[in-house]
Amino acid sequence: MIEFQLDETSGVATYLQLVQQVHQALRMGMLEPGDQLPTAQQVVARLAINPNTVHKAYRELERAGLVRARPGLGTFVTRVPSGAAPVTQARFLAELTGWLRSARSAGLGPDDVEAIYRTAFRDCFAEGVA
Amino acid sequence: MSVVIQAGGLGKAYRRSWALRDCTLAIPEGHVVGLVGPNGAGKTTLLRLAAGMLTPTRGTITVFGQRPAAGPAQLARVGFVAQDTPAYARMTVADHLRLGAWLNPGWDERLARRRIAQLGLDRKQRAGSLSGGQRAQLALTLALAKRPGLLILDEPVAALDPLARREFLQGLMEAVAEQELSVVLSSHLVADLERVCDYLIVLVASQVRAAGEVSELLASHRRLSGPRRDPGRLPANQEVITESHTDKQSSLLIRTDGPVLDPAWSVQPVSLEDLVLAYMSRARDGSPARPQQLKVVS
Repeated sequence: MIEFQLDETSGVATYLQLVQQVHQALRMGMLEPGDQLPTAQQVVARLAINPNTVHKAYRELERAGLVRARPGLGTFVTRVPSGAAPVTQARFLAELTGWLRSARSAGLGPDDVEAIYRTAFRDCFAEGVA
Repeated sequence: MSVVIQAGGLGKAYRRSWALRDCTLAIPEGHVVGLVGPNGAGKTTLLRLAAGMLTPTRGTITVFGQRPAAGPAQLARVGFVAQDTPAYARMTVADHLRLGAWLNPGWDERLARRRIAQLGLDRKQRAGSLSGGQRAQLALTLALAKRPGLLILDEPVAALDPLARREFLQGLMEAVAEQELSVVLSSHLVADLERVCDYLIVLVASQVRAAGEVSELLASHRRLSGPRRDPGRLPANQEVITESHTDKQSSLLIRTDGPVLDPAWSVQPVSLEDLVLAYMSRARDGSPARPQQLKVVS
């Protein structure tokens, strides 16, 4: 069984922190298919957070097909997340590298690029989680 | 949305001064609601009116659709933990539980005993010799063992050290996870509220300045900074909550229902604390539109 931690200074929404920790535990092999996640009651009794936050995180994991809630029993890991196919990752890496080169030749420095990236990243992914 | 507390034009006066005046709000059921606002906003008065410990001077308040403390059934539905979590100093922990069982028809003795055991409280100890944290936990136990539909807590953790505060909130959240329970909790500690609440109400001078689900409030507010400009020329769906300007730069906290597309702005998400402070200072300073109108008039 894993234990969740909260980083209150991260600015990342609490339920997302839980989601990310399950993802990470799956990738690191600390959680495997068949393993049970802590119950909402166990999580809130430890972290002093709203139970709905835990439910939201578990729903999100269920939507991603990583866990399944079995009524009366708990929430169990069903599979390990598969990252995007390597060929897809390679394509996006190549596109981003090309974009970075053109930004640099246009005179943008690392800070400029980072600011642009952060803004675009936030705009893009904030819509999905809001 | 079913409503647990509804107030309309609610007021409470003591001699000549109003502790709460013309307060209108609706608190949804099934949430842990954080009530936040400056001292003197009327939070305690509102909560005591809801618990039926005070009667309104004006207006109406209902809890689960009925007048607070209208009868034994209504009293049994509402648990109340007051500021400083008072207990009878000369009575033991066990005496408190006996009193609770005697006064409350729906008393859950198993729950009470389990919590006291979990907390490691000595049933023979007098309440007067408990630590602040233990006394708060005893008060919470008594309120929870009533099995209320609504639990009202007025600054329950203000006087506790950080560890006792965390333990109190752990116990409260555990109860919310296992019981069907609406909670209304007032506190100045926004970081605590951010953890435990899923609904927030900012009350300033008896008026609701902001209310909504915490996730929606956070998603609909942004901090903008960029080259100085007139906030009056923002898109129609961006409402300015607070603003500050230097000769070169403008910093705004806005409410919006869509993305901020203007590339001149650097856009940051807000924390719950930012949001609470923004609504409190806007209420104190007047809404941003008003000072400009005043300039025109004078």
